[in-house]
Amino acid sequence: MASGNFDKYKSDGSPAGNLLEWVDARFPLTANWKGHLSEYYAPKNFNFWYFFGSLALLVLVMQVVTGIFLVMHYKPDASLNAAGVPVAFASVEYIMRDVPWGWLIRYMHSTGASAFFVVVYLHMFRAMLYGSYRKPRELLWILGVLIYLCLMAEAFAGYLLPWGQMSFWGAQVIISLFSAIPLIGGDLTTWIRGDYVIADATLNRMFAFHVIAIPLALIGLVAAHVLALHEVGSNNPDGIEIKAKKDDKGVPLDGIPFHPYYTVKDIVGVVVFLMVFCAIVFFAPELGGYFLEYNNFIPADPLQTPAHIAPVWYFTPFYSILRANTVNFFWIDAKLWGVIFMGLGVMILFFLPWLDRSPAKSIRYRGPIYKWALALFVFSFVILGYLGMKPPEYAFFGLIPGDYVSKACTIVYFLFFLLMPWYSRIDKCKPEPERVTR
Amino acid sequence: MSGGEKKVDCSRRNLVFATAAVGGVATVATAVPFLASMAPSERAKAAGAPVEADISKLAPGEMMRIEWRGKPVWIIHRTREMLDSLKTVADQVADPDSRRPNQPAYIKGEARSLKPEYLVVVGICSHLGCSPTDKFQKGAESGIAADWPGGFLCPCHGSTFDFSGRVYKNKPAPDNLEVPPHTYLSESRILIGEDTKA
Repeated sequence: MASGNFDKYKSDGSPAGNLLEWVDARFPLTANWKGHLSEYYAPKNFNFWYFFGSLALLVLVMQVVTGIFLVMHYKPDASLNAAGVPVAFASVEYIMRDVPWGWLIRYMHSTGASAFFVVVYLHMFRAMLYGSYRKPRELLWILGVLIYLCLMAEAFAGYLLPWGQMSFWGAQVIISLFSAIPLIGGDLTTWIRGDYVIADATLNRMFAFHVIAIPLALIGLVAAHVLALHEVGSNNPDGIEIKAKKDDKGVPLDGIPFHPYYTVKDIVGVVVFLMVFCAIVFFAPELGGYFLEYNNFIPADPLQTPAHIAPVWYFTPFYSILRANTVNFFWIDAKLWGVIFMGLGVMILFFLPWLDRSPAKSIRYRGPIYKWALALFVFSFVILGYLGMKPPEYAFFGLIPGDYVSKACTIVYFLFFLLMPWYSRIDKCKPEPERVTR
Repeated sequence: MSGGEKKVDCSRRNLVFATAAVGGVATVATAVPFLASMAPSERAKAAGAPVEADISKLAPGEMMRIEWRGKPVWIIHRTREMLDSLKTVADQVADPDSRRPNQPAYIKGEARSLKPEYLVVVGICSHLGCSPTDKFQKGAESGIAADWPGGFLCPCHGSTFDFSGRVYKNKPAPDNLEVPPHTYLSESRILIGEDTKA
């Protein structure tokens, strides 16, 4: 739809007009401008939840730009320099101390990684609030989950690059996950590492993945995500289709052009976001060890795991699920169950569009069961995330063992999805409105 | 093709399929060098020489760490008390008799060593590869449990091991700690990475 139905630009005789006509005859410039911006009609009732898509795009651009400038100074080299410090670790310190403004670019990049996950988690939660994954947006949702997977791979590969203690042991744990696969696990792990342990070969390939392979995939998927969105049109907080009611020109009655209405609205979101972002970059770039873990300021030591290791906050819910599996059953080791459940925890998101059988899309018109289920799901996800940052023997108030809590939360996490076909169907929904409300 | 005026020339179509199949085979064949390039290089394969450890200064109850193939290898000089604890925990560990293959054939029994006093293990947890921490202190002071008899705790996912590196039941780690091939060159020197019996 983007380029098909729009007329080519006809010049008004001015030099600029002549140039645009010349371009338009050779490239669908006007058609794309209209199809994706000035005549792309988005529902008029977007609320603040709809900021996070465009913010994710902003963070992606910021990560690419800061990344390019970091690569100009960073060296992916695990060998020790004359001072006995790994070259990669030393090059990050060099960026922080000696490169003009290097500290700013590096803190923008490290804060940007966490900011990416903040906006993406809120973006995904918005989809769950308003049923944005439901027909006809299943493929849009699937592309989004693929972006999320790429983002996790990108964050993981990037985290190895500073070659600190958390980089090294985090990579050791995550790459060892593959060793749980029967028969081929051991060889597969060696192949991924490129050595028998995490080594220079591993660092160099993660660098290649982080700066070229995954970003290419990520940008392609984001383009596909936006194209799919513009094909089906945006959902909205009422969860009804604005395309169902059009005026005589075929424009949705409840739609407004994306540009200028939502470009201007999104700028407000960008300003608020950048205020928070800059406050963190300038005043708390480590954010108390949540954005940059303290142990990562120690160079990688293959002989000594830090006393407490945990992934960065955005991985901790899944890390807790991994850790919650401690029982061997069905002749399968607990280790493999942990890996299976952690994988399923992410993969199950792909099936969400078909698990939800509710007659209403938006939480505004859904019944109490889904509201409670979603609240319980978010609660258990947050608790899993919290426990993932704590040592395995952690207990709430020194009384309730975190191990039991993470097992219970893992069960809630999966039941939210697995029971959805039933509870979403029997839920007492309110009737959806004909037109969008305020 | 509603009217059927033109018949599809199926011999040409077979040619298209054949071309696509050959192209597919070529693509797979081309992928092989790229995928194989990610395997350990000849240099990485060569860097696996055995290392020697001097245990003459290792006092009873102490452990030392040395690096072998980039991995930590622990040598623990076990006391009588530590060795006695192996019997009491036999019903709490997952594989008390080391039936699963994590040691050379000549490593047998609860002590899992050539000489009972000296335990030699690779200090890498069989779960996800962290290096466990020594928790030799008994009881509640260890921070593990009031009846903790001493051993090792993996900080990553909470697996616990006894003084022979045997993993406790119902922990994420599936296997006991690996015992590397090793041999005694003399009373006080151990060669790790090579054994005369292998």
